[in-house]
Amino acid sequence: MGAERMSGRILLSRTAESLYWLNRYIDRADSTARLIEMGNRMAMLPGAYSQQEWRSVARASGCLDLFEDPEGITEAAIVRILLLDKDNPSSIRACLENARANAKSARTSLTMAMWDALNDGWRKLELMDVAAVQRDLQGVLDWVKSRTAMIRGSSTSTMLRDDGYLFLGLGGHIERADMTLRLLDVKSYVLLPETEVVGGGRDHHQWTSVLYATSAVRAYNHIYRSDYSPGKIAGFLILNKQFPRSLLFSYSKIVRCLDRLAESHGSRHACNETAEKMRSDLQRLQVDEIFRQGLPEFVAETIGTTHRLGAEISEAYHF
Amino acid sequence: MFDEMSGTGDEIRAPYARVSKWIEDAGVALLQKRSEEAEAIFRRIGITFAVYGEGGDPERLIPFDLIPRVFAAQEWAVLDRGIRQRARALNAFLYDVYHRGEILRAGIVPEKLVYQNAAFVPAMMGVEPPGRVYSHIVGIDIVRTGPTGFQVLEDNCRTPSGVSYMLENREIMMRMFPSLFAGGAVQPVDAYPDHLLKTLREVAPPACNDEPNIVLLTPGSFNSAYYEHSFLADLMGISLVEPRDLFIDNGLVWMRTTHGPQRVDVIYRRIDDDFIDPLAFRPDSLLGVPGLFDVYRAGGVTLCSAPGAGVADDKSIYIYTPDMIRFYLGEKPILDNVPTFRCADSDECAHVLDNIDELVVKEVHGSGGYGMLIGPKATAEECTAYSERIRKNPSEFIAQPTLALSTVPSLGPTGIGARHVDLRPYCLVGREMRLVPGGLTRVALREGSLVVNSSQGGGVKDTWVLSE
Amino acid sequence: MSLKIRHVTRYSYEPAALQAGLRMKLFPQVTEAQNVPVWSVTVNDDEVRPLHVDGAGDAVSLWMSHAATEEIEIVAEGEVATADQAGVLKGLHEAARPAVYLRSTEATKANEAIRDLAAEIEGEDTLQRMHALSALIHKVIDYRPGVTEATTTAAEAVALGSGVCQDQTHVFLAAARVMDIPARYVVGYLDDPDSDAPSDMTHAWAEAHVKGLGWVGFDVTNQLCPTDLYVRLCSGLDAADAAPIRGTVLGDTEETMDVEIAVARSAGQSQTQQ
Repeated sequence: MGAERMSGRILLSRTAESLYWLNRYIDRADSTARLIEMGNRMAMLPGAYSQQEWRSVARASGCLDLFEDPEGITEAAIVRILLLDKDNPSSIRACLENARANAKSARTSLTMAMWDALNDGWRKLELMDVAAVQRDLQGVLDWVKSRTAMIRGSSTSTMLRDDGYLFLGLGGHIERADMTLRLLDVKSYVLLPETEVVGGGRDHHQWTSVLYATSAVRAYNHIYRSDYSPGKIAGFLILNKQFPRSLLFSYSKIVRCLDRLAESHGSRHACNETAEKMRSDLQRLQVDEIFRQGLPEFVAETIGTTHRLGAEISEAYHF
Repeated sequence: MFDEMSGTGDEIRAPYARVSKWIEDAGVALLQKRSEEAEAIFRRIGITFAVYGEGGDPERLIPFDLIPRVFAAQEWAVLDRGIRQRARALNAFLYDVYHRGEILRAGIVPEKLVYQNAAFVPAMMGVEPPGRVYSHIVGIDIVRTGPTGFQVLEDNCRTPSGVSYMLENREIMMRMFPSLFAGGAVQPVDAYPDHLLKTLREVAPPACNDEPNIVLLTPGSFNSAYYEHSFLADLMGISLVEPRDLFIDNGLVWMRTTHGPQRVDVIYRRIDDDFIDPLAFRPDSLLGVPGLFDVYRAGGVTLCSAPGAGVADDKSIYIYTPDMIRFYLGEKPILDNVPTFRCADSDECAHVLDNIDELVVKEVHGSGGYGMLIGPKATAEECTAYSERIRKNPSEFIAQPTLALSTVPSLGPTGIGARHVDLRPYCLVGREMRLVPGGLTRVALREGSLVVNSSQGGGVKDTWVLSE
Repeated sequence: MSLKIRHVTRYSYEPAALQAGLRMKLFPQVTEAQNVPVWSVTVNDDEVRPLHVDGAGDAVSLWMSHAATEEIEIVAEGEVATADQAGVLKGLHEAARPAVYLRSTEATKANEAIRDLAAEIEGEDTLQRMHALSALIHKVIDYRPGVTEATTTAAEAVALGSGVCQDQTHVFLAAARVMDIPARYVVGYLDDPDSDAPSDMTHAWAEAHVKGLGWVGFDVTNQLCPTDLYVRLCSGLDAADAAPIRGTVLGDTEETMDVEIAVARSAGQSQTQQ
């Protein structure tokens, strides 16, 4: 074992892992809140999308198996399983609890402001039941969004830009890429090019729901001025350089974090190559090309790459 | 009854002049309001304390009482000498019982009491810990019974907790009431983390010929003292590690980092002896690092405190501490013990059973205020039931007279009242000895109560040692 | 007498253990009754060296595997030159004071029956009392393999009235300590003159501390004090404490163990230290 003594602050692998997962959970809580918000909005529209939409929400969150009746999912079931279920690791409540547990384990690497933001009100959901949430679903979702924004903001404004910050950032960007991919996976059937749609054009509500789920409606309109088409929507979510939940944006951030970690550790790993290749592919790709090879196939392959990347990161940094 | 502010009469004692004036000027209502603010701060920064076996809120706060407890410089000078003397004697005793056992051969401490003690670790026989230090942090619980009467209630040689409260209490008081500290009237305690780090650095193992890598080993974030572990690691700028972060290779201890394995030289461990190494001690321990003890024994790493240090703070050994001071140091004990009856001795046991309603009876191996009987506060049935336990297993019990513990004014929901207090200073032992002026004052918040343990509803106070 | 010893222990794990650690006391120490000209310990063919000598005078070594482990093979082998010292242990460097061995453990806790056994022993002379105790236990606990387990306590063995050398030794320790005589558990090898077949376990006997003589061995099973057919390996407060190999693994796995011990007189007898 020829390891040399390090001077300065050394990051325990467990701490790096905790920071990485802390931010994954925070982002997952946020994304799940936005998903539910989208489902809630669709359910209010005329037409019978409601159950279908709740089903998409359940699928995109990866929790469809947990619903007793996957064909007849209700708002109450969504609230119970995706918001309040302490045993479902993807529920918002579990995400916030897990984020805090990870924060506690990495306590000495967090600033007081971050700990404050994480610690304040973390038990709110524990004290609520389904009926209480349903009485003010939007209010609860807003609370989740503002809480996660506060946590993110406190890390951005107070944390030292050291390795710990990079692991935190990695977790957030990987989770975001993952969520956008899963949403595309669930919705790819509505994003087929119009010419291929059997039985004529779909309601544009179906397309815009994808934008709502990523809180991208306004951003999209700034660029495309209400010109909704599957090609533009898919292109926006996958290839836009500026939209913070697009795949390219997330991967650009991932590459930057990994580059800087490689620099401070003095060596590059498989994860650097994987992320770098993914980013350059995305920079080169056109949306037509994606549609030519098939959106579902592209999404499935990229989900696989993103999972592999996660494994390569933990391998490289010993967690 | 001795009140530290008003003595035995109505005259305010000199050390309390400043505090007394402050209370008068502020008024009870304002202090109560500020007290709520203080609690909110504690809650926000996450200083909490979980109580074993009580259920309820796992992150309960220890109540903080705003009114400080004060010592004059001359009073502290005596305590300071007495505490250092005791910490020296306890470490000398530990070295002795794990080597030649002179004090046992001399017949001063019964051999049986040491070698058959649950806290004695036979595997430590013959170990040479760096600096011959076993207990690097000695917490000595002291009570006051009068203007000059100080008595030691018990010693804590393993991993005494609570020092984070000493530091945080002062921090909060200085933040909320800066004018109280104007002119440097109170001696600071904030050097403690620096002193602790120096102490740990001084006991680096023989295998370390470089700047030692020091870590704090915690059982994990579910532990009741986790806040303190992270707080101290943070203040010292050292890594807070869990057992799974460490492993043994090539006769040395390593920690897993993002840079690969890093050598570890000194471990300030907050895990009990039994659990540190499943290969040497309890095989079912999931908290341990396999091989850690043997690497320690071979001089590859230093464990603070040393395994087996607990034999010096065992309640059955406690009564011999004054003898240790005379035996090893050739000095007269500066601090007295509380008179103690050993139920293992049949005459003393008979005395205890006859007078149980006037005594405090404790389990020899108990701690944290659990399983004790306070005679004067107990019902006749409780006394009878407890007597039965003593008769069954006399050697498991000791008894002490109920002391007239001093009181300090404390803030309650209905106003200010006198409450009983004790004091736990933290003496650091490396190649040098270090002691910050102050400690943790624990207060029994229920009126008339003598139990100050935080697990039994006790609170804490800032402890002042005035400048000359 | 010169004895050649080969002691092989194999552990297999199904499925593979995620990590494994061993603590070994497999180095016979030099005493006036034994010299160790040749000795080596290997784990999976890697040589293992002593890390330190513990308070009881035994050399301790560690072996760690941080990768998946399916099999561990520990081989301790070498030559020991022995001399008959009538069971008296001399020349071992140990830090532990004899009175430490009055300490009782789970396995050697005395109960009423064991106190009764101790009370049967009469006389003043410690050595004679220990011989008498050894004989009494030999009578009370029948040597019968398969009745007891590794975790059987002295009290349980007395209740059963049978057991193996471990149980007989545990009862001896419990009773001797009741009599206020320090006693400890010794693990070693025995060259059985009646058998050439390899054995599947180490031998165990007791040592009692006799004022004036020091530690004296008592093999309850064979009603002997150790001779030049005995090799002393290590000791402890009871069998678990004296265990020559302790292991710990990480992972949900099934362990199987296989031990093979061969003790033989070497052809060329070498002279032993007296």
